[in-house]
Amino acid sequence: MGERLLLRGNEVIAEAAIRAGCQCYFAYPITPQAELLQHMAVNMPRLGRTFVQAESELAAINMVYGAASAGVRTMTSSSSPGISLKQEGISYLAGSSLPAVIVNIVRGGPGLGDIAPSQCDYFQATKGGGHGDYHMIVLGPSTVPEAGQLTMLAFELADRYCTPVMLLADGMLGQMMEPVELPKPIEIGSLPKKEWATDGAKGRDPNIVLSFDLDPEVLKQMNLILQKRYRQIEAKEVRYEETATGDADIAIVAYGTVARIAKTVVKMARAEGIKLGLFRPITLWPFPSQALRKLSEKIAMVLTVEMSAGQMWEDVRLAIAEQAETPFYGEMGGVIPTPQRILSEVKKHAG
Amino acid sequence: MPVDVQDMQKIFARPDSLTDAKSTYCPGCHHGILTRIIAQTIDELGIAERTVGIAPVGCAVFAYRWYRCDAIQAAHGRASAVATGVKRADPNLIVFSYQGDGDFASIGTAESIHAANRGENITVIFVNNQVYGMTGGEMAPTSLVGQKTTTTPQGRDPKLFGYPIRFSEMIAQLEAPVYVTRQALYDTKHIKEATKAIKKAFTNQVEKKGYSLVEVLAACPTNWKMKPIDANIHIAKVVKKTYQLGDLVNRG
Repeated sequence: MGERLLLRGNEVIAEAAIRAGCQCYFAYPITPQAELLQHMAVNMPRLGRTFVQAESELAAINMVYGAASAGVRTMTSSSSPGISLKQEGISYLAGSSLPAVIVNIVRGGPGLGDIAPSQCDYFQATKGGGHGDYHMIVLGPSTVPEAGQLTMLAFELADRYCTPVMLLADGMLGQMMEPVELPKPIEIGSLPKKEWATDGAKGRDPNIVLSFDLDPEVLKQMNLILQKRYRQIEAKEVRYEETATGDADIAIVAYGTVARIAKTVVKMARAEGIKLGLFRPITLWPFPSQALRKLSEKIAMVLTVEMSAGQMWEDVRLAIAEQAETPFYGEMGGVIPTPQRILSEVKKHAG
Repeated sequence: MPVDVQDMQKIFARPDSLTDAKSTYCPGCHHGILTRIIAQTIDELGIAERTVGIAPVGCAVFAYRWYRCDAIQAAHGRASAVATGVKRADPNLIVFSYQGDGDFASIGTAESIHAANRGENITVIFVNNQVYGMTGGEMAPTSLVGQKTTTTPQGRDPKLFGYPIRFSEMIAQLEAPVYVTRQALYDTKHIKEATKAIKKAFTNQVEKKGYSLVEVLAACPTNWKMKPIDANIHIAKVVKKTYQLGDLVNRG
């Protein structure tokens, strides 16, 4: 059993990263993820690990690139505008098959936007974001304790698939305090040695980390290796949660903070005799398309609710096609949808 | 008189740390000399098994092919940040970045200055040939006043494009760096001096003294549109006037 503490989401993510064996953390200050950086500044040096406040988001992600190459567990965190700046580095991490964890505590956009919670970076996180044919595993926690659990999982998946993994949370999750049972720390020494790491060519041939080849046929092969890995991830790592879908006539699809609000909406609807269920993607990439498709075969309407103009909605419609009605309700700019408003949208579309 | 091979003595050989991968550099380019000096230094210090080289974007993008040690190919301008990440992950590794003037002194300005300012215990080799070689001879931040490039066909006009940036002098203003020097490779004397400087820059790191920067004035006969010999003379007679040789910081 771990300790039970009252902590902010940002602190839980930081603490979970430490417990997952993160040895090097590099970041640049930005709201609303500042507590994450501050927690690492206090605790990483105390444990003899590396904390560097980088001069920029670009520098931070490239320090991650270096540390990941050297074979240690490493992380950076930021919020939307900062994550945009990191995209070049994320593309290089993906291209070079390097494991790393990137946390995005999403705020309102585009541009400087605001510092209120938003889900407007879904496209950027799940569709590539930087240049080139790549994906990251994207995990969307819905509560503070889950943010901790998924941070631990992010490090595991990054190492297992040699890929960058993003924890996509919003400002609400970052700032909210909840009782949390922290996971047990892993034993860093027990992690398998990374045979490909650039940690000194002692008794072996040199290792090279790169995302580059000028021969199109060779680069094609490098791309095919990535694509093969993405198909494996799609086959094995899809995660989602269904709430009250067993007898549901209609369902909401939502992730993160909105899914949490939607759970309240399910209760409110059921109290009024509306058989409403909730489908919550936990992995945003790979998106749980098959499970959602299956659910849509037995219900008439799937309402997507997001704090965006309808980004995940595209994946919902791709999954469901013509199987069910797929209306959308979204808020933007940091406005959080209320349960009452979501319920009225449910009623409107349920007819 | 034909000499029997068995009677010959080997007095000059390829350093162990230099691979026999095909060079991609042009005839008369100084990158080749510099690459050899670095490999020789790695041999002399016996550090090949714990050295990690960071290759830039530019003509030296293939640098990872030429050293018999671990290597990483970095994003354009970010080599000093990548070097920071490696060194912080394992301070016992010997980490060097090899960066051109566009990489180090233009697109990587922030990463270059701040790695130096943190006093990262790394070695940076900064190759200043006053031009973007790989992309086709465009103006570099280091291009001389009046220098004709493919993006300054009338010559670099400081009113429009600024002056050649003396990046090593900027780094030398910082408190943390232990060694900042500018060297050249246009004749044997200077090759010997540059070799000493590079050995010092690596030795500083081995001895955990801190950040060392060796700027090297290099020839680019192809993009300068000169014969190799004239390119060497150009460095000695012209380039050196803007970029004076010698140590700027030596706290070793």
